[in-house]
Amino acid sequence: MPANFMPSAAEYFRFAPEIILTIVGTLVMILEAMTGDRDKSSLGYVSLLGLAAAMAAAVAANNDPGLAFQSMIIVDGFATFFRVLVLGVGMLTILVSTNYLSEAKANSGDFYALILFSVVGQSLMACANELIMIFIGIEISSIASYILAGYLRDDRRNNESALKYFLMGSFATAFLLYGVAWIYGLTGSTNLGEIRTVLSHGTAPTAMVGISAALMLVGLAFKVSAAPFQVWAPDVYQGSSAPISAFMSAGPKAAAFAVMVRVFYTSFDSISNQWEPVFWIMSLATMVIGNFAALQQRNIKRMLAYSSIAHAGYVMVAVTSHSAVGTAAVMFYLASYCLMNIGAFAVVTWMARDGEKFVEVDDFSGLAQKQPFVTAILTVLILSLVGVPLTGGFFGKFLVFKAAIDSHLMWLAILGLLNSAVAAYYYLRVLVVMYFREPGASTVNLPPVAGTLRVAMLVTTLGTIALGIFPGLILGFATQSSTLGK
Amino acid sequence: MSGDTFFFYAFSALALLGGLGTVLLRNAVHCALALMTSLLGVAGLYLLQGAEFLFAVQIVLYIGGIMVLFLFVIMLVNLDQASKLQQFGRQTPIALVVALAAVAAIFSMLSKSAVLLPASVSLTPLTGGNTETVANVLFTDYLLPFELVSILLLVAVVGSVMMAGKRTE
Repeated sequence: MPANFMPSAAEYFRFAPEIILTIVGTLVMILEAMTGDRDKSSLGYVSLLGLAAAMAAAVAANNDPGLAFQSMIIVDGFATFFRVLVLGVGMLTILVSTNYLSEAKANSGDFYALILFSVVGQSLMACANELIMIFIGIEISSIASYILAGYLRDDRRNNESALKYFLMGSFATAFLLYGVAWIYGLTGSTNLGEIRTVLSHGTAPTAMVGISAALMLVGLAFKVSAAPFQVWAPDVYQGSSAPISAFMSAGPKAAAFAVMVRVFYTSFDSISNQWEPVFWIMSLATMVIGNFAALQQRNIKRMLAYSSIAHAGYVMVAVTSHSAVGTAAVMFYLASYCLMNIGAFAVVTWMARDGEKFVEVDDFSGLAQKQPFVTAILTVLILSLVGVPLTGGFFGKFLVFKAAIDSHLMWLAILGLLNSAVAAYYYLRVLVVMYFREPGASTVNLPPVAGTLRVAMLVTTLGTIALGIFPGLILGFATQSSTLGK
Repeated sequence: MSGDTFFFYAFSALALLGGLGTVLLRNAVHCALALMTSLLGVAGLYLLQGAEFLFAVQIVLYIGGIMVLFLFVIMLVNLDQASKLQQFGRQTPIALVVALAAVAAIFSMLSKSAVLLPASVSLTPLTGGNTETVANVLFTDYLLPFELVSILLLVAVVGSVMMAGKRTE
């Protein structure tokens, strides 16, 4: 057995973001024990610093792209993009959470540590080059999310949400693992690049490769809440605390899309004629189910949950197009989606208040008269979710449908556009309620907007506008890194 | 029928029947015992493959450790109440059809094409025992996943401590 398996400095450098996050996560847990009964908001700031340091490390690692640790991980532009994205989502979640947790008297270092560990998992998913690594990344991210969903243990809705998420999530992961086992049996490898090489010879029985790809797709589709594996999302988002819903609808979803694109574009590239039709149907079903179900929702968290399903459908359209343009569209769309969705949930967090009593769409009645700042924020975010020009949401949709048309998916593009028209109806209803209704009981005693929450709202809104006016900010990088390192 | 084939079918039957028993039996203690049978069948399959290490781990960890804990927990739970609950929902017939269709699809696929490892993967004869080989692979090529599992376990431990901790009133 050779003794030279010691990793080089360059390999540690490529893996630095995860190392930093793990250290800071452990540190936060130790500090939690040491600070006793004192205010725990400071632990939130420690976590923010950790995430910022990890982001700097992720950006720095991109200067020296390549494989690390026996090609377990790969650092390329694509991985860097998603690493920075999930780290950003983690930072925004902490900004949204601190005040909410203090009011619920549940501010604790455990919460921040779990967020950090969940981000470690997502970051691993972004840069994994091995099915085993993908599995471990997904599990770290998911188990932390299950616990976060039930974080307020005395809240019945939290409990229900956590249990549902845990049972269904574990079931979905079992499918993923079964698929991994099949593909290992067929190709003798779990390395994405090696699987690609073996499958490109065409000697493996295609039907069986198809089944293993399908099994893995079940697991991944659950994580991105694509139809027909979307049923859990509305219940879980509704039951969890609003800041956690913001986190779950953004970070794990973006990371799971990164895995989906990498696995299907790299390993299953040679059987694309088998999976493209499946993706076609799934993306259409996801858009239709998400949008039409959202039409009937009165609860704003449920509405945003269905809207996030619909957005997953748009991203699936870009994945279906199976091209470099499509990859860039996936990246851009997810970045703008994360910003606007976390922003919208930040407003919901502020509105819901302690105990989440005000989570109906009608509770936003007359908000324009009472709180113009928040109304303006939510207006911009909702217009972006609709896809109005000069917002990030518009360019995201534009790129998605452009990718679809470039790949001759004309019908999918047309049906997708019709879907966005349906979506406008339920989004605009929120605006109508805010501007044209008289204020009701819910707008009496509105709380002040806490500093951290204000920062989160401003960052997401300004980010959305920036992506709409200067899409080149990240589109250039996304296009450069759309050819995955294979 | 050679000895290997016979034992393969015997252990597989044990694993499958145990699995069915786990789902179908009403008494939770019986379910746990059925699960143990299923795990034992899988352990037998490992042994047939020459994976002695996995065989030992399966017996010691799953059957010896985890299942005993399962039984302890079941004893603590109020079983009378659980046995009065409805065991299956209305969707059972549909689920049954879907499951049987999936089994049929996989079975037909397996019987049609003999699955062999691709020629590029050569099964190198083991140097030393099975345990040494597992250790060598685990602590060289798969060192990173091995280490990362500790983060997974840490998160699970933090979670269970939080869930089981004292309620704030």
